Amino acid sequence: MANLSDFTPNEMMTIAAARALSNDDVCFVGIGAPSAACNVARLTHAPDITLIYESGTIGTAPSVLPLSIGDGELCETAVTTVSVPEMFRYWLQGGRISIGFLGAAQLDRFGNINTTVIGDYHKPKVRLPGGGGAPEIATSCQEVFITMKQATRGMVDKIDFYTSFGHGEGGNHRERLGITTKGPTLLITDLAIWKPDPETKEFTVVSMHRGVTRDKLQETCGWKVRFSDRLEETPPPSELELTTLREIQARTERAHGGKKGS
Amino acid sequence: MAKFQSLKEAVAENLRDGDTIAFEGFTHLIPQAAAHEVIRQGIKDLTLIRMTPDIIYDQMIGMGLVKKVIFSYAGNPGVGLLRRMRDAIENSWPRPIETEEHSHAAMANAYEAGAAGLPCAVFRGYRGAGLKEVNPSIRSITCPFTGEELAAVPAHRPDVAVIHAQKANRRGDVLVEGIIGVQKEAVLASKRSVVTVEEIVEDFDDLHPNLCVLPHWTVSSIARVPGGAHPSYTHGYYDRDNAAYLEWDKISADRDLFTAWMRENVLGAGPEVFATRVKGL
Repeated sequence: MANLSDFTPNEMMTIAAARALSNDDVCFVGIGAPSAACNVARLTHAPDITLIYESGTIGTAPSVLPLSIGDGELCETAVTTVSVPEMFRYWLQGGRISIGFLGAAQLDRFGNINTTVIGDYHKPKVRLPGGGGAPEIATSCQEVFITMKQATRGMVDKIDFYTSFGHGEGGNHRERLGITTKGPTLLITDLAIWKPDPETKEFTVVSMHRGVTRDKLQETCGWKVRFSDRLEETPPPSELELTTLREIQARTERAHGGKKGS
Repeated sequence: MAKFQSLKEAVAENLRDGDTIAFEGFTHLIPQAAAHEVIRQGIKDLTLIRMTPDIIYDQMIGMGLVKKVIFSYAGNPGVGLLRRMRDAIENSWPRPIETEEHSHAAMANAYEAGAAGLPCAVFRGYRGAGLKEVNPSIRSITCPFTGEELAAVPAHRPDVAVIHAQKANRRGDVLVEGIIGVQKEAVLASKRSVVTVEEIVEDFDDLHPNLCVLPHWTVSSIARVPGGAHPSYTHGYYDRDNAAYLEWDKISADRDLFTAWMRENVLGAGPEVFATRVKGL
């Protein structure tokens, strides 16, 4: 039985992200918090959601969270598994994915993401793994959801590298580059839910999780936070949501020998 | 025409100093045993192509065999960073390496273009992305019919593709199943290929007609190496050794620890140890 009064900010983040997904979505799942959120959605209110991992598995339904995007169970439970060129050409570029779910090492207020380098590209202070599928996920999916834990180190005024394009400098920057998809429409953190302003495209806090203050939100964010005029409180996790998340994490931990999985 | 050889012979015959080589396998079926054989033979000045460089390129880079890496995700999947590759990029240890970085979509398209005999791949990509500012191989092309500007990258045309697969039959046809990645494209894009397999069977008469099979005349050399993908996995044979991936994060964090590990587990071992490593997985 889940202890409902005692959920962590991370659990709230994952559950808030899960709620944003619907039964009809076709979701390109990144590893990490996105994977947990997508599978919680599938195991609660969205049993028919189509989850796609970039390894080529379409319509997968793992019983534990994968440690990598190519774990065997993703293939065993998928409707079909296609080659990687087919995945990127027909399914992603072909416009068949409704939601792309991304994490970020660095994020700016317009939803631009850096997972490539800290510092100068040619003389990096820290070389991060890079973009993988993200540059095209960010522009070919109909919408992009971003999920990350708030910290001034990650949510920065200016990112060091444009691994994937969000709203650029804001406004109609996507249109000006010939991008026809919506881009980031939702940012879910461990403290709040953010949506882009319809005109400027700057992320604005629309809902704070229970117990979070405006000061706390600003302290953990490197840009000046804007709040919606109609600020809400995120409903806390329900018993079903919390139990589902904790059970899949416990199964994952058993399966991966101590590693919590993604 | 596929030749059946020992892994040692297959690598010695097909790979040369200075070659451009694609080791492929997308999380699944990573040709780990073949990479270790390349390290033992000290084949050097390599240009390595691979979507997710993973542990095998971390090891080859750390051993100083690599001149250049063409890649799209330099991570230890599910764990974190590739520490030997990072050390080479940030500190030139044990030697400086050149990098050419792409997105997954670009790499997959470039293999497909190579397999299709085209000079370049065309796709809708890199819009607003920083990589096209730092990688001169990323260009654009205008569609002659619609005027749409599309991304273009050169086709991958490796000297050698190296892959691991479930099985070969006596003729040398090769079956790949599960998460099939870009292996078919990598083999067809390359001049030569080395395939390690879990087992060799009499024939493929009982297979479903649409499975991913590379006919024997598209493959140069086949070597049987049970467990040859470890710590990656082979669908239908053994699971991914997630603990080994976590362990690699520690081994690769320290130059001396790395060197000692490579001496004991790669330079001082042979392909036969892989069968014992996958027992119980």
